[in-house]
Amino acid sequence: MSIVETLPLDAETLREDFPILSTVIHGDRPLVYLDNAATTQRPRQVIEKLVEVYERQYANVHRGIHWLSDHSTDLFEEAREKVRSFINAGSAPEVIFTTGCTMAINLVARSWGDANVRAGDEIIITEMEHHSNSVPWHQLAERTGAVVRHIPITEEGLLDLDAFDELLNERTRIVAVGAVSNVLGTINPIGEIVRRAHDAGALVLVDAAQSVPHDKSDVQAWGADFVAFSGHKMLGPSGVGVLYGRLDLLEAMPPFLGGGSMIRRVTLEGFEPADPPAKFEAGTPPIVPAIGLGAGIDYLEAIGLEKIHQHEQLLAAQAHAAMEQIGGVRFLGPAPDKKAGIISFTLEGIHAHDVAQILDRHGVAIRAGHHCAMPLHKRLGVVASNRASFYFYNTLDEVEILAEALQDAKRIFRRR
Amino acid sequence: MAFRDDEDIYQEHILDHYEDPYHRGSCEHPTHMHEDDNPLCGDVVHVELRIGPDRRVQEAWFAGEGCCISQASASMLMEAIEGKQVDELKRFSAEGMLTMFGPRLTPNRQKCCLLPWRVVQTAIHSPVDENGNGGGPTFTGPDLGEET
Repeated sequence: MSIVETLPLDAETLREDFPILSTVIHGDRPLVYLDNAATTQRPRQVIEKLVEVYERQYANVHRGIHWLSDHSTDLFEEAREKVRSFINAGSAPEVIFTTGCTMAINLVARSWGDANVRAGDEIIITEMEHHSNSVPWHQLAERTGAVVRHIPITEEGLLDLDAFDELLNERTRIVAVGAVSNVLGTINPIGEIVRRAHDAGALVLVDAAQSVPHDKSDVQAWGADFVAFSGHKMLGPSGVGVLYGRLDLLEAMPPFLGGGSMIRRVTLEGFEPADPPAKFEAGTPPIVPAIGLGAGIDYLEAIGLEKIHQHEQLLAAQAHAAMEQIGGVRFLGPAPDKKAGIISFTLEGIHAHDVAQILDRHGVAIRAGHHCAMPLHKRLGVVASNRASFYFYNTLDEVEILAEALQDAKRIFRRR
Repeated sequence: MAFRDDEDIYQEHILDHYEDPYHRGSCEHPTHMHEDDNPLCGDVVHVELRIGPDRRVQEAWFAGEGCCISQASASMLMEAIEGKQVDELKRFSAEGMLTMFGPRLTPNRQKCCLLPWRVVQTAIHSPVDENGNGGGPTFTGPDLGEET
């Protein structure tokens, strides 16, 4: 049953950096945290950075003349530079700190969308999008009279690129697509999608919430116009996310929120906006969360993103193999070699919430429900599913505990 | 396992109701019916009641699908309300339902347990018309928010 003998990373040693991963629940069950697609845990290095900043380096940024504000501003801008380098953006002003991935996508839909999308225009998303990359586009369509169209998925759980070609036309204004599906785990061919969209004259926004934390990212190699992701899914605190935007686009876009920081000057008659990134960072930004995200990036880079990706794919392959031995498991999504470390499944005859509840008794934390992807679940013909999602700190032993816990669920509902 | 038997959601008593439910099906000549769902988890419960001229529940039936808790609690509730006066049912609180179910539930799973209770509370205000169609409630029912 064991198809994977060793992993590229020494997860046991890395886990020592994560205090929460040594938690024991329900008396004697070590916590097996497999809900990383929802949010990851954070290492001491990140937590200590937050404490250090609050204790010794914190003031508001871009405002003060005083020493502390200068110091805080330097740290905040260093974090921006870390993000820039991490995703290989061309310049630091292309990196905007938001409150999260959802906010980043809404920023584009509101600012770029309201200025550029008209009645009859078309917005293309996919059947596998997270609600955060579908609802803002439906809202934009409601405001403007544009139409939202969907790239369908194949039976295998991949995007149907032939259908995409048929959807693209001169009315297509933007294509919004996830780099990795948060349910299916499917790794989408972003470079190819961008090339085809650009050939049709459309822009592309990539929801990279499930890819940036897990694999090497290069927004310039993708050729993407906008890329959004979250801090809390990559060791950082919640409350910070990133929008990457091509500088020429950001310069042409109107500001999204109004307030302090986003202006060059304000008069009684009106205002003149600042240049990016300040133009899109109204109010006090998530200062310490952004610095914490920078510390998370340092940690990820020290491990190496290629190794992280390999480690997670091997865990997923082993989990697939172990779960195939349990009768009645239906996998949602493609084979492990075509996806990230995300395994969604149903267990025949047992509701997803009951599966998750029984797994919890074994200390195993997985997600149950529709994972903010109701249209996809409808397409798959399931009301709710279970999802186990891995990170670099997960181990083969944990995969085994997952499989044993699923066997227990089958035993409890054996009579059905 | 560090769970006392009476705290176990998946104890025999509950699994029995889930796997061999009381009155799963439809009621002959129902006088009242209602259906609702829990969109977050997809649980659905449909309840049909026959309430006599003496305002007593003569028969209670349910249909639906969902997790063990929502379906087992529906079964328990059907069994418990037959023979009861409608006024008694109105006084049967969400807390009473949770107590009847047994094991302590986290707030999220309480919603599963209370779905059938919510449907019954609305059903008693939703008479079936002459064509056998269940209408909506005839007036605003009890405060459905009280489950939380």
